[in-house]
Amino acid sequence: MCNDSKAKKPYINIDGYRMEDKFSELDDSIKIEMLRKMYEIRHFENETEQFIIRGMIHGTCHLYIGEEATAVGAIYAINDDDYITSTHRGHGHCIAKGADLNIMMAELLGKKTGYCKGKGGSMHIADVGSGNLGANGVVGGSIGIATGAALTCKMKKNGKIVVCFFGDGAANQGIFHGSINMASIWDLPIIYLCENNVYGMSTSVKEAFNIEKISDRKCAYGIEGLTIDGNNLVEVFNAVSHFTGECRAGRGPVLIESLTYRWMGHSKSDAQVYRTKEEIKQWVERDPIERYKKILIDQKILTEKEDRDLEKEAISQIEEAAKFARESPFPEPSEVEDDVYA
Amino acid sequence: MRELTYLEAIREAMQQKMREDSNVYLIGEDIAEYGGAFGVTVGMLEEFGKERIINTPISEEAIIGVATGSAVTGMRPIAEIMFSDFITIAMDQIANQAAKIRYMFGGKAKVPLVIRTAGGGGTGAAAQHSQSLEALVAHIPGLKVVMPSCPYDAKGLLVSSINDDNPVIFIEHKLLYNNKKCIQNVPRQMYEIPLGKGDVKREGSDISVAATSYMVQKSLEAAEKLSQEKGIECEVIDIRTLRPLDIDIILDSIKKTGRLLCVEEAPIFGGFMGEVSAQVSEKGFNWLDAPVVRVAGRNCPVPYSLVLEQEMIPGASRIEKGILNLLNKT
Ligand SMILES: Cc1ncc(C[n+]2csc(CCOP(=O)(O)OP(=O)(O)O)c2C)c(N)n1
Ligand SMILES: [Mg+2]
Repeated sequence: MCNDSKAKKPYINIDGYRMEDKFSELDDSIKIEMLRKMYEIRHFENETEQFIIRGMIHGTCHLYIGEEATAVGAIYAINDDDYITSTHRGHGHCIAKGADLNIMMAELLGKKTGYCKGKGGSMHIADVGSGNLGANGVVGGSIGIATGAALTCKMKKNGKIVVCFFGDGAANQGIFHGSINMASIWDLPIIYLCENNVYGMSTSVKEAFNIEKISDRKCAYGIEGLTIDGNNLVEVFNAVSHFTGECRAGRGPVLIESLTYRWMGHSKSDAQVYRTKEEIKQWVERDPIERYKKILIDQKILTEKEDRDLEKEAISQIEEAAKFARESPFPEPSEVEDDVYA
Repeated sequence: MRELTYLEAIREAMQQKMREDSNVYLIGEDIAEYGGAFGVTVGMLEEFGKERIINTPISEEAIIGVATGSAVTGMRPIAEIMFSDFITIAMDQIANQAAKIRYMFGGKAKVPLVIRTAGGGGTGAAAQHSQSLEALVAHIPGLKVVMPSCPYDAKGLLVSSINDDNPVIFIEHKLLYNNKKCIQNVPRQMYEIPLGKGDVKREGSDISVAATSYMVQKSLEAAEKLSQEKGIECEVIDIRTLRPLDIDIILDSIKKTGRLLCVEEAPIFGGFMGEVSAQVSEKGFNWLDAPVVRVAGRNCPVPYSLVLEQEMIPGASRIEKGILNLLNKT
């Protein structure tokens, strides 16, 4: 099924998997927009870090810096009205899915104008209207929800699919097994996208798994799957695109393992005793933004100058979001028991 | 004597028990090199090695299952569940397995298991990392439930919990771990505080205030203020062990005061203090001059925003108001 692609020039990924090079068929404007989204995520996270340092974030935050290509590549490969579920490290998915930066930033500062009216914070940002079924504070907590959304898609025959983002750590929760097994026996239209960023908090994948590739678990469910270079936007886009058609045609689910790395500490406080500066440096050298930018410049889709302008625009958008968030009002204490029930 | 934080007292109890008994071991997420999400187990890997400080994948249900199985077969595990919210993921193993094994087997097995977990809010961690779920576990026969409010108690109660032959849910409070206001003299030697014994943290004759965990500290704050400003003397009782519950210490107190205010952080509906209130009404009606009143969390998940979080979780001023209302004073 996967190796008989009719495209003239197939894309072959790091796993040796042949797929159509759907990326090459995209309009330049979309290719540039994806870079812009990555800049938005990067600078949103930089700004968030500043808020953390200044003590303006009451709770904790998990930054997505270094992993931008996975969220953007995957989400641009699906339709606007398809669903995603996200994780505690969710800002990137949320921005890629089209969330409003002002409203997101307001939520981080606990403001009434935020996505959750200040009730959720970083770990619970959701935008159900845009198909984002939410970040999740419980590791693995969204895997069942994503599977349920895929069941809806199948029952309603609405042609939609689901991308379920979760970490390497989450892949060891029991719900991973129960959900993927159900999806496989029911052929649900869902892509399980495991963001393997090498660690679940301090625990390395080497310590937490006895297999080389998390995607090898596909065998246990009789489904398709592969491991991809999650820091290469083109590869992420092509891999997810490759499976969207299969999923929509009722031949899901799929398990994709996206290899990436978180540059920052796990959360607000993390002395990072479990890894070396050298290791971090090696991954910073594989910066997904630099790599994608280079592809666009090499292909003459973008000039250096246009790239700089793009980044500047993203920065000023983030500054505006930060301003909006700072100037927004806090919720009223009287709102505390609102929204508990429908 | 030297002063310890709550976190240090908990660590010391585990270290001393581990030195004494090679069957005691730790199992949980990020507890080895990282020293636990709150730093409770820092340094323990170096002393005890990874055979006894067992770092696990993120699999709460399996952590408790494995700990339970090893407890039944002769080990004395201390399992750490990073946030008490995640005991819900392990609930089958806690409620259907660990709690019931002894009874179901006709008393022919024992489960010497301690589940340590961090509960409570006030850290902006929002709805899935801030809950107070003690009522959920205290409801299950076969489980013991302990919630220390200060370093001295934390050490003695943890030693007793490890020595106990039953599954004990030991709920620590995040805001106590490094709380400089609650540092205490803690004896170096190992000591036990028996499970099932409450403690009077402050004597008084006007009203009794029964509280759990961090709310004991908040109640003491309110009591000091009322004493200084209004000459009202509150007797503050730390329940310490929710199950078995020391109801006598509360009954003895209301014989003197005639009034009881119960304070807890969890949402008021179905909270543990409902049990305390019911028992006091049943057994102490004759001594009461007024109905038992509860001050507790609002009936909603713990919200993120500071203004909302402070509204949801009771603080000293809400406790103070509760005391004044119960005394018909302003
Ligand atoms: C059920 C559960 N257990 C533990 C935690 C604490 N925790 C938060 S994030 C995290 C690591 C998650 O690792 P992974 O899934 O790989 O995601 P990453 O942080 O690497 O993006 C842990 C242990 C949690 N939030 N939920
Ligand atoms: Mg990870």
